[in-house]
Amino acid sequence: MSYLFLVWSNLKRKKLRSLLTLLSIVVAFVLFGYLSAIKQALTGGIDIAGADRLIVRDKVSIIRFLPESYKARMERIPGVALVVHQTWFGGIYQDPKNFFMQTPVDPEEFLAMFPEFILPPEQKQAWLKTRTGAIVGRKTAERFGWKIGDKIPIQSTIWAQKNGNRVWDFDLVGIFDGANKNTDTTPFFCRYDYFEEARQQWGKGQVSWYTIRVKDPAQAAEIAKKVDAEFENSSAETKTEPEGAFVQGWVSQVGDIALITASILGAVFFTILLVTGNTMSQSVRERTGELGVLKAIGFTNGQVLALVLLESCLLALAGGVLGLGLAWLATSRGDPTGSMLPLFYLPHRDLLLGLGFSLALGVVTGVFPALQAMRLRVADALRRM
Amino acid sequence: MSEQTAMGGNGALVRVEGVEKVFHRGSEDIHVLRDLHLTVPAGEFLALMGPSGSGKSTLLNLIGGLDRPTNGTVQVAGERVDTLSDRRLAAWRARHIGFVFQLYNLLPVLTAERNVELPLLLTHLSKAERRQHVETALAVVGLSERARHFPRQLSGGEQQRVGIARGIVTDPTLLLCDEPTGDLDRKAGDGILDLLQALNREHGKTIIMVTHDPHASARASRTVYLNKGQLSQEPVT
Repeated sequence: MSYLFLVWSNLKRKKLRSLLTLLSIVVAFVLFGYLSAIKQALTGGIDIAGADRLIVRDKVSIIRFLPESYKARMERIPGVALVVHQTWFGGIYQDPKNFFMQTPVDPEEFLAMFPEFILPPEQKQAWLKTRTGAIVGRKTAERFGWKIGDKIPIQSTIWAQKNGNRVWDFDLVGIFDGANKNTDTTPFFCRYDYFEEARQQWGKGQVSWYTIRVKDPAQAAEIAKKVDAEFENSSAETKTEPEGAFVQGWVSQVGDIALITASILGAVFFTILLVTGNTMSQSVRERTGELGVLKAIGFTNGQVLALVLLESCLLALAGGVLGLGLAWLATSRGDPTGSMLPLFYLPHRDLLLGLGFSLALGVVTGVFPALQAMRLRVADALRRM
Repeated sequence: MSEQTAMGGNGALVRVEGVEKVFHRGSEDIHVLRDLHLTVPAGEFLALMGPSGSGKSTLLNLIGGLDRPTNGTVQVAGERVDTLSDRRLAAWRARHIGFVFQLYNLLPVLTAERNVELPLLLTHLSKAERRQHVETALAVVGLSERARHFPRQLSGGEQQRVGIARGIVTDPTLLLCDEPTGDLDRKAGDGILDLLQALNREHGKTIIMVTHDPHASARASRTVYLNKGQLSQEPVT
C-alpha cells in the first residue's frame, strides 16, 4: 500500500461529499476550458496578425469605400513593400446562417501578402488562369463538402451584376490550408478583375480596405502616419493601423474579452475555493483521532501534513483533469456558431494553465487543514477518537 | 519528594525518574504526576492500575513518547525520550513502540490488513516483505481469514486483535496497551488478555498495560498502583 492509496481511501470515506466537491471542480474547469476557447476565437487573430502589415480603411467607418486608385499612391510611399485591396462581398451561400467571409482580390499579390494561406502551386496557377475562379479555406470546403471543380453560386447582398442578377457563379479551383492553427481557413476569395468587370456601375472602382506590407516593421507606425497624411483632406480620408490593432478593435466592440472571462472565472474559482476548502477542513476535523493514531504510530508532522495536502491536490487535480478533458472534447468539435468563431479551439497553453490552476487550488484549499493536522498534539488528538 | 518507587528486576527497559506532569488549564495548574519513579525490566508484563484521573494514561503517554514530562526523565531502550525532537521522537516511536488503544483506533477506510500494514509504511521494507509481516501478525492474533474485512465488519474483540496485530507488526521493543479490554465483554476481553499473555510468555514481548480491572491485571506478572500521581506497590483502599 502506498501513501497514495491511503489518500485515495480517505477520499472515499464520504463518497457523496467527495463526489459533489469533485463535480463542482469539474464544472469550474469545463467553464475555464470553454471560455478559453471563446477568448482564443475572439483574440486569436491578434496573435497571428503580421507585425509588418497595416490595415488602411476609411477614417469614418469601415463600411465606407476607398478608391482603387489609392493603391498606386500608397505603393509610392517610401517603406511600403506591397499593397493589396479587398472588398466586402456580403454573400450568402444557400442560407444566411451559412456565413463565411468572401472578398474579391488580386490573386498573385494577395497570396504574396498573406503567406499563411497555403495553396498548392498547381491550384494557384489554375486560379490565375480562370477569371471566374475562386479559392476557399479547408474549413469551409469541408463544411459544405465542396471539391475542386464545383460551381459555387453565391448571392451577394450588396453587389449585383450588370444584368441585375445578384447570384454570382464561381468555379472552385483551389482549397487552401492555414500555416498554423490560428490561421482562419473559412474565407472565400474570388478574382477582383472578374468582380470589377461584372458588377454594376454603383461602387465601381471602389474597394473596402487595403493591406500594406512595410519593409521594416520598426517603421510601421511612421508609415501609417504617412499613408493617412497622403489622403488627408481628400473625399475619403484614411485610418491606417497595424493589423493586430485593427483586429483588436473588432474584438473590443464585443467588450473587454479578457476582463470578462477573468471576472467570470474569478468568481467561479473563488466559490470553488470555498467549497473545496470547506470539504477539506471538515474532513480533517472528522479525522482528528485518526491523525493522532498515525502520529502515535510514528508518522511525522511533515508526513501528516503531506497526506492532507496530497488529498486536497488529488481531488483538485482529478476535477481539473476531468473538467479540462470535457472542455477539450466539447471544443474539439469546432465553432459552435457554425461560422462566427472560426478560431474556436482550446489552446495547449490554456490546458497547461488550467492544470496549474487545479494544482494551485489543491494547495490553497489544503494548506490550512494540513497545517491544522500537522500541529495536532498526539495525546489530545487520541482523546478525540 | 515521594519515596514511593516501583522496582523490578535487572536490565531495565524502561526507567522513569523523578517525573512530574503538570497540565495548565487557563489559570489553573493540574498536577497529574508527582515525582514518579518506575523501572520496567525487559520481558515484563506490567499492569498499571488506579482510579480514573490518577494519571495512568498520562504516564503511558510519557513512556510512549506521546507527551513530554514537565520535570524528570524518561528512558526507554537506552534512549532519553524526553529530550528527543518531535521528528526524532516519531521515528523512535515507529521503531520501538507498539500501541494498543481502548477503542481500537483502527482507520475505518482501510481493511484489517491495511490497518496492520500502516506502521510498516514507515520502514524500508518492500511490498512483498510488508505483506509477509502483515500475514504473520494477523496469524499471531488468529485473524488471517478476516484480513480483507473492514473494521465495521468485525466484532469488538476482532477489532482489538487487529489493533494488537498493528501494534506488534514492526516487532517493537515495547507494547503499550491503554485499557485494551475496556470496551469488550468478559469473553472477548479474556481472549485479548490470553493473546497479550502469549505475546509476553512465548514471544518475550515487554508489555505495559493500563487497566482499572483487577481481572485483567491478574494476568500481568506485576502490578503497580497509581493514585493522585504517585506510585505504590499496594492497591489504594
